Amino acid sequence: MDLRNTWDKWPDANGRFGEFGGRYVAETLMPLILDLEKEYRAAQKDPEFQAQMDDLWTHYVGRPSPLYFAERLTDHFGGAKIYFKRDELNHTGAHKINNCLGQVLLAMRMGKKRIIAETGAGQHGVATATVCARFGLQCVVFMGATDVERQKPNVFRMRLLGAEIVPVESGTGTLKDAMNEALRDWVTNVDDTFYCIGTAAGPHPYPELVRDFQSIIGREAREQILEREGRLPDAVMACIGGGSNAIGLFHPFVEDEGVRLIGVEASGHGVETGMHAAALNGGKPGILHGNRTYLLQDDDGQIIDAHSISAGLDYPGIGPEHAFLRDSGRAEYLTCTDDEALEAFQLCTRLEGIIPALEPSHALARIGEVAKEMGPDQIIIMNLCGRGDKDIFSVAGHLGIDM
Amino acid sequence: MPVSRISAAFDKARSDGRSALVSYVMAGDPDLETSYQVLNALVENGADVIELGAPFTDPMADGPSIQRAGQRSLAAGTTLKDVLALAKRFRETNQTTPLILMGYANPVHLMGYEAFAEAAGDAGIDGTIIVDLPPEEDMPLREAYAPHELAVIRLATPTTHEGRMKTVADGASGFLYYVSVTGVTGAKKPVASDITPGVQMAQRISGLPVCVGFGIKTGEQAREMAAISDGVVVGSAFVDIISEMAQGKSREEIVESVARLTRDLSSGLNRNGGVA
Repeated sequence: MDLRNTWDKWPDANGRFGEFGGRYVAETLMPLILDLEKEYRAAQKDPEFQAQMDDLWTHYVGRPSPLYFAERLTDHFGGAKIYFKRDELNHTGAHKINNCLGQVLLAMRMGKKRIIAETGAGQHGVATATVCARFGLQCVVFMGATDVERQKPNVFRMRLLGAEIVPVESGTGTLKDAMNEALRDWVTNVDDTFYCIGTAAGPHPYPELVRDFQSIIGREAREQILEREGRLPDAVMACIGGGSNAIGLFHPFVEDEGVRLIGVEASGHGVETGMHAAALNGGKPGILHGNRTYLLQDDDGQIIDAHSISAGLDYPGIGPEHAFLRDSGRAEYLTCTDDEALEAFQLCTRLEGIIPALEPSHALARIGEVAKEMGPDQIIIMNLCGRGDKDIFSVAGHLGIDM
Repeated sequence: MPVSRISAAFDKARSDGRSALVSYVMAGDPDLETSYQVLNALVENGADVIELGAPFTDPMADGPSIQRAGQRSLAAGTTLKDVLALAKRFRETNQTTPLILMGYANPVHLMGYEAFAEAAGDAGIDGTIIVDLPPEEDMPLREAYAPHELAVIRLATPTTHEGRMKTVADGASGFLYYVSVTGVTGAKKPVASDITPGVQMAQRISGLPVCVGFGIKTGEQAREMAAISDGVVVGSAFVDIISEMAQGKSREEIVESVARLTRDLSSGLNRNGGVA
């Protein structure tokens, strides 16, 4: 099949992006995700829903986020012009809130009063707790016990916002276990509960609706670069955990064949060590958390724990649309180790006066090489999807600095 | 004749005037030899159908008991191939008790549906319950199973309304597993009067035997559920007994406790109220 000019037509009616995606859930949840899809289709056609989103995006989140020319970083590498899409300036400090607003508004349309969410680093949990506070909804956040321990500031923020935090002891106490536990809660509380998934993964229609809500990033960036430079960029770049910030940036550009789409996965200590979170570069297709996608797994199909310095990328899978864009050749996926991300974190902080989160530091670490291959008249847009305030303690630890 | 082995077991229970006892244990918990002895104890003491759990790292539909059983099994190194080998060993001496493999999609998907179907057929497995393969996603599995006559056993739940039940029934074989509560295995306690309409709808629409499970732990609960269904599934209660090996109980004691619970449950399933 010729996939050209059809990249933005996915998923199909069965929730598939090529051979990825789908609805791999226990029967108890099937009626719920079918309902959610129906409600989402209705919301998409409802101008009221869109107007409410736009209003909150402008006045609550602070959109549009600026498109910033990173002049000193551009000079430093001496290649293409580097622009940052400043989604770290959003309310709550990351792109996560774009999606939470959309999902919580959907939940309210469906009459659900209780919102559950999983979180790793705590950014999605904080964004969900924030939106729930704004609308007076009950919020329960599942977080691996290990992560609760290493992300104390975010745990406290969520509690301040009125959320209940459930530390998950099962498995290894990280993001995937939090997601398992959220799914267990959902099958138990089907009547009143809405599951607000934090990334563009999970059973259909989640990968699609999370992508659509996050696509505000790419739509703005496209408009802003056209206004500023009078042309489209040559490449757009973003880090990938589950892949929601990346798909939000990529999607409005998928039909523009001259625009390279470059994702950067976290390779932890290195893909060859087995201690990484690079599902596309070091995994195999499989089925987990409702979708068929690339997963870190052993020869028996058991899921292997991911490793990354960045808790937000520490997940053994990836959104199914990225699996599709990779296998179809439309997008490229590079990797970045913990150490490289730490260096890029410091470089950006010193050259641009912007402390990036460890997640986008992974994309920053590869941007120099990509920029150097290109001429000074070419353009790269990178999504600076989160700010680094949350990471300063862990960075200090890695640099051996006693705070 | 795997599918027919399942129907024969339900036919026999029905002609005995009772509901079938479907017992679940996690293969390889805490080791494969214990599982083998437990399987035989189940059958000798009145279990009609056996569900053999295949461990998975991320069992999203299971409560703490079965989660931990899976972790113990994985810690002992159990693989999907080991589970099939256990089934094969059981079949050497038992050709009548249906053996249903219950697990999650990823290990089966990685082995490949066709390779798995062939291996399962060869091992004497009669059907599978793959929790996260709903009707929308199990077509490749059904195609792979057809030549081996393996049953695709589907789940119906309290959230399954009439329209949805038709989808669930279409392409299902062997029996239907009616999940008695919204929730995970072994958590909430089911109430017979709440689920009777759902079970009857499942029987009417599917034309298959309907077994009720999730949260049934005692002989008394089993008796209550037997009155409204073709079979009663007990899992976490067996798994909890087996978990005591980790606290130092011997294999002999565990097998004896499993046998005792099986007799207790089995005696409650006689619809005429007598002791089977």
